[in-house]
Amino acid sequence: MKKQYFINANIVDPHNSLNEIGGLIIDESGKIEAIGKKVNTNNLPAREKPIDLKGKYVFPGLVDMRVFVGEPGYEYKENFRTLSNAALSGGVTSVVTMPNTDPIIDNVSIVDFLKRRGRDKSKINVFPCASLTKNIEGTNMTEFGLLQSKGIIAFTDGIKTIQNPRLMSRIMNSAKDLGCLIMQHAEDFELAKNGMINSGIIASKLGLSGIPEIAERILIERDLTLLEKIKCRYHISQLSSQKSIEVIKQRKEIVKFTSGVSINNLSLNENDIGDFKTFLKLSPPLRREEDRLALVQGLKDELIDVIVSDHKPEDEESKRLTFSQAATGASGIETLLSLSLELYHNESLKLETIIKALTSNPAKILKVNKGNLSIGNEADFCIVDIDKPWIVKKEKLVSKSKNTSIENKKLQGRVTNTFVKGIELFRL
Amino acid sequence: MAIKTDKAIKISQKHLLGIQDLSINDVSLILDEAHTFIKVNQSKNKKINVLGGKTQINLFFEPSTRTQSSFELAGKRLGADVMSMNISNSAIKKGETLIDTAMTLNAMHPDIIVIRHQDSGACNLLSQKVNCAVLNAGDGRREHPTQALLDALTIINRKKKIEGLKIAICGDILHSRVARSNIYLLNMLGAELNIIAPTNLMPKEIEKFGVNKFTDMKKGLKDCDIVMMLRLQSERMSSSYLSSNREYYEYYGLTPDKLEYAKPDALIMHPGPMNRGIEIDTMLADDINKSVIKEQVELGVAVRMACLKIFCT
Repeated sequence: MKKQYFINANIVDPHNSLNEIGGLIIDESGKIEAIGKKVNTNNLPAREKPIDLKGKYVFPGLVDMRVFVGEPGYEYKENFRTLSNAALSGGVTSVVTMPNTDPIIDNVSIVDFLKRRGRDKSKINVFPCASLTKNIEGTNMTEFGLLQSKGIIAFTDGIKTIQNPRLMSRIMNSAKDLGCLIMQHAEDFELAKNGMINSGIIASKLGLSGIPEIAERILIERDLTLLEKIKCRYHISQLSSQKSIEVIKQRKEIVKFTSGVSINNLSLNENDIGDFKTFLKLSPPLRREEDRLALVQGLKDELIDVIVSDHKPEDEESKRLTFSQAATGASGIETLLSLSLELYHNESLKLETIIKALTSNPAKILKVNKGNLSIGNEADFCIVDIDKPWIVKKEKLVSKSKNTSIENKKLQGRVTNTFVKGIELFRL
Repeated sequence: MAIKTDKAIKISQKHLLGIQDLSINDVSLILDEAHTFIKVNQSKNKKINVLGGKTQINLFFEPSTRTQSSFELAGKRLGADVMSMNISNSAIKKGETLIDTAMTLNAMHPDIIVIRHQDSGACNLLSQKVNCAVLNAGDGRREHPTQALLDALTIINRKKKIEGLKIAICGDILHSRVARSNIYLLNMLGAELNIIAPTNLMPKEIEKFGVNKFTDMKKGLKDCDIVMMLRLQSERMSSSYLSSNREYYEYYGLTPDKLEYAKPDALIMHPGPMNRGIEIDTMLADDINKSVIKEQVELGVAVRMACLKIFCT
């Protein structure tokens, strides 16, 4: 590989507290050799022709902590190849995959398969999760230690929640012993039963069963109470309500944990469901505008650490049904950054806050050396035209599944190039 | 008639999916038309040939006696060719989706499809996929527009107006599409609405619909002109909403002593089918001086004739 030189970019790298106009040098092995304002035309070798990124931004490659891949079992929805292409087009270079496949990722032998497929078919970094319980049934723990030694990054039942408090305390004990990260999809099953959208006036009008915010809060309160006794690495996958933020604010002073939020809950509210848009049937559900604003504030106050895409590819057939029959989830990895930038353009959040929640914060929680532009690191990064307007069109999506929650939405800011290990793998 | 509006000429909607979509002009157009059919239905020759050559398909995914027969009779009296699909013998049982069924039926060029479905919003989905008009005969717990229209017609027939009346809707509001459609319609027509139910059977944020909320039936019935009882929909209840039917009857069943709180000339309504002895005292249900339950069924045919005629032509 030839050495590559970039100059005049707006570099934002929260891990290194970098937010300046400068350049980037990638060495022959695809690692970052130099970065920042020191890198400019005055100190580059004269024979080299640097790429001028005037007006553009350089961010570390995004680390998306909640991604569903259809492999194995649902390859028709998304496989590793299509996922990685979709990710690259959105500037995402590392993904944490959920274990909700068929079969469930719950034993060592399937992890080998997963790692092999991930390595062979995917061009991005894949960090697989295994389930907390066998077959995500919520009864028997999986082999955290063995799975972790095989390369499992974290444990979660993905779309399911550990309902049994005794089992949860045992899971936390094991996680503590072995240093594992556990991630909970916080939702009390009984309170959320049959629910499809946020409980409230919209649900009453549409005649759909609601999921009350209390279903989330009660689970978070339970887990954080357990966590006071058992100090393990604990992460709440997605928050959705104002009340949950209040609980988190109180508990942050007592116990250590982290939390995430889906870009859907940050950008949309229950009114967007309109006339039964099944693409907006999400878990956790979209809630009131007050909840959305509280989530944005939560990021600002650093109560929420991470923004995720909650990328859940579903084929057309699973969505062309009545609302109650339709599958839950939206495809979103390729619009994660652009949609997040909406919060910058409308002055809800600072750019650094957004990029931190998409890069260095998830990497820190996962304890992986990604999501930063440190010298000597593999050069995973994206170049972004932060003002470029574009419209989300279903048919133009790269992902195998087209179930975007923001069809026809006008966005501002788009990834123009994505690099993994110094190699340009995506160009708009 | 009883509703004062500008002279309505044409309906504003292509489909009848819910009262929510209708304007007051639309409602007045339908009720005026229905009014003319009441006489037709009472006469010896009940057939008028306004829908001759038109095809009406009834697609009932849920069991129904009165609504299905009412729609069938309405179509036949207007001279349409009416086909009622038998869902239990159809491809739906073989796993065909609603959209595919819709496409299949659409290819046969119907002029109107009447649909009842257990899922809220099913008629909206159907209406996006077919070329003909879609009439909602009840979708999940969302809307049942023709029921509300026939209720309004019944009230107007007896009380000569709706504006200013105090109307109580009592019972299983949570699971009731009849309640929702009636709330929209009667609100639009200027009634004051008292919604009565135990909290477990009350939809969330119901007060935002512009109604008064009561958990005490006696308070809710006070000075009401109309008492509309709803069926306890046990088949839609997945877990414990109530302790027992006995207790429910004690607190929310319409009995003579509770009815005392309403106005002396208050009318009793019920969309049927009734659970006698659970939500309504059997004597009251049959009391010809107070109960208009049979009249509701009768006027139901007239309302459905009006809807078929208006949406089909």
